[in-house]
Amino acid sequence: MTVITAGAVVTARNPVHAALSLVLTFFSSAFIWMLLEAEFLAITLVLVYVGAVMVLFLFVVMMLDINIARIREGFIKFLPVGIALALIMFGLIYYVVSGDQFSLESMAAPVAKAADYSNTKELGMVLYTEYVFAFEIAAVILLVAIIAAISLTLRRRPGTRYQNPSEQMKIQKQDRLRIVKMEAEKK
Amino acid sequence: MTAFIQPNLLPALPEMVMLAMACLVLVVDLFLPQEKRGFTLLLSLITLILVGIATVYVSPASSISTFGGSFILDKLAVTLKLSVYVVTFLVFVYSRDYLKDLNIYKGEYYVLGLFAVLGMMIMISAHSFLLIYLGLELLSLSLYAMIASNRDSVTASEAAMKYFVLGALASGLLLYGISIFYGLSGTLDITELSGIIKSQAASNPVMLSFALTFIVVGLSFKLGAVPFHMWLPDVYQGSPTSVTLFIGTAPKIAGFAMAIRLLVDGMSDLQVDWSQMLTVLAVASMAIGNIIAISQTNFKRMLAYSTISHVGFILLGLLSGTELGFSSAMFYTITYAITSSVAFAVLMLLNREKHEAGEIADLRGLNDTNPWYAALLAIALFSMAGVPPTVGFYAKLTVINSVIQIDMVWLALVAVLFSVIGLFYYLRVIKAMYFDKPAENQVITIKEALDVKILLSANGLSLLLLGLFPSLLMAWCVAAFA
Repeated sequence: MTVITAGAVVTARNPVHAALSLVLTFFSSAFIWMLLEAEFLAITLVLVYVGAVMVLFLFVVMMLDINIARIREGFIKFLPVGIALALIMFGLIYYVVSGDQFSLESMAAPVAKAADYSNTKELGMVLYTEYVFAFEIAAVILLVAIIAAISLTLRRRPGTRYQNPSEQMKIQKQDRLRIVKMEAEKK
Repeated sequence: MTAFIQPNLLPALPEMVMLAMACLVLVVDLFLPQEKRGFTLLLSLITLILVGIATVYVSPASSISTFGGSFILDKLAVTLKLSVYVVTFLVFVYSRDYLKDLNIYKGEYYVLGLFAVLGMMIMISAHSFLLIYLGLELLSLSLYAMIASNRDSVTASEAAMKYFVLGALASGLLLYGISIFYGLSGTLDITELSGIIKSQAASNPVMLSFALTFIVVGLSFKLGAVPFHMWLPDVYQGSPTSVTLFIGTAPKIAGFAMAIRLLVDGMSDLQVDWSQMLTVLAVASMAIGNIIAISQTNFKRMLAYSTISHVGFILLGLLSGTELGFSSAMFYTITYAITSSVAFAVLMLLNREKHEAGEIADLRGLNDTNPWYAALLAIALFSMAGVPPTVGFYAKLTVINSVIQIDMVWLALVAVLFSVIGLFYYLRVIKAMYFDKPAENQVITIKEALDVKILLSANGLSLLLLGLFPSLLMAWCVAAFA
């Protein structure tokens, strides 16, 4: 399922269809994680990627007028390279999984957890106890990222014209309208 | 699940003070008008002093580890942290007038600087892969933003971009090595890791040295050792000199700490492997650094290549794998940071509005107009070249001594040979200052603030003082590894 939808992402003619197929890809990989008893990762994948990232992506796709024909030009040309890369990746993964380091024989299957086992709770427990220091540092890194992004992009342009709605609301009739009394024109 | 025991928070007191104060500086700076920006600087300096006091207050007699072994506070950490504070203090004071000239005198420079120092503190004290990586990223992220802070300069943006991309690549390589180690050992903790490596070293040498290679590559990217040095000259030349000053000094100390934690604390049983790798890196760094520096006309670029050659010397001390080697490498790192801060600071003083001083030609005739600064720069350059009685001589001497102690006399000879070659380009700058006449249209004006003058003089003279009495600092370095 994941592979089919991933293929659809690349081959779809319409970029919106491609983005929607990517959503489906994420969903099906979330289910693979679910099968591996990693509910937290599965939920995060759906919430973050499907919920936030892909919506943004769709917005961008819909807002920009993308020339599909131009993008598709290289498809056949680069197809052999893509297939070769995919084969190499497959070969490498196969080699690692079947080798003596990580083969099924040397890695015992993990014991299935009890039904009331919550991996979100377990993650939370270690995150805020054992790894609290690392967790705080990660928070600081995000703070620095915010500061950096703002300080690098915020420019105060003194000359820009902008609206001030509260000023606009407070406007009085007298400020805008001047009634001039004039003599009627004589014929 | 085992009950959770509240970790001992006290050893991390300096980090906590730093975080709180950095946030305070950030908020206070927001409400300051541009003409009162000096208050931000003052507050940042107070922060560094406070953190220094906190570090001395918690400094232990023997090593303490907390947060489940992922955080360590020992003599090494205390000494390195204190030297980071001192160097950053100098950098902040020196940068002020330069930033004003470039119209980028903003609070962000100091806030990001403080966060970078926090990252370095974490790197110095980290005792698990996770913390080392997080500290490194905190440091790098702040540095990227600081380099790009001069938004209107194309070269600064280019330098930031290069540093960002190559830094990300280096982090990726480091993480790759870490993940292989994690796959082999199942732990991120360095103490546990060293035990596991000990038991696996005989049975699984290929995988271990494979992972080690990535770690060493990541490390040498961050330190700037050849052949992973490509970013250094461009970043040094492109960034505002105040940021170059910062990048070239304090992070080297943190990088040294990272190397010690990873290679010495974690993988001492693989020493045969990493010694060989470091030997190659050290020889290549000294050769490329010193030879290419000869052809540079830009002073900042020349100093970048000289940094590469100095990194080679630091690696010499590390690769010997003895306590003498580690302490001499530490001495070398700290004194190098102090030395290069003098060189960059003098260059910054020469900077004028509309003209970024950076060429060696800009230094011509400095002795006629400002003999004192010329003398200070000459001391710094002599120290980098390793001429007695400056501190650089003693630093080179101990490093070479440590290499001879492990019977690698050829390596010592190579080091001496390349420092002689290096002497040439340092002397060329000194010749420009003392014997060349300034160009017709060249005006040398130095705006000197009293505090900068006092600090810079003390900084320059400390090179002589440490050169004459190296045991003042060397005693600390020896104690750190005893």
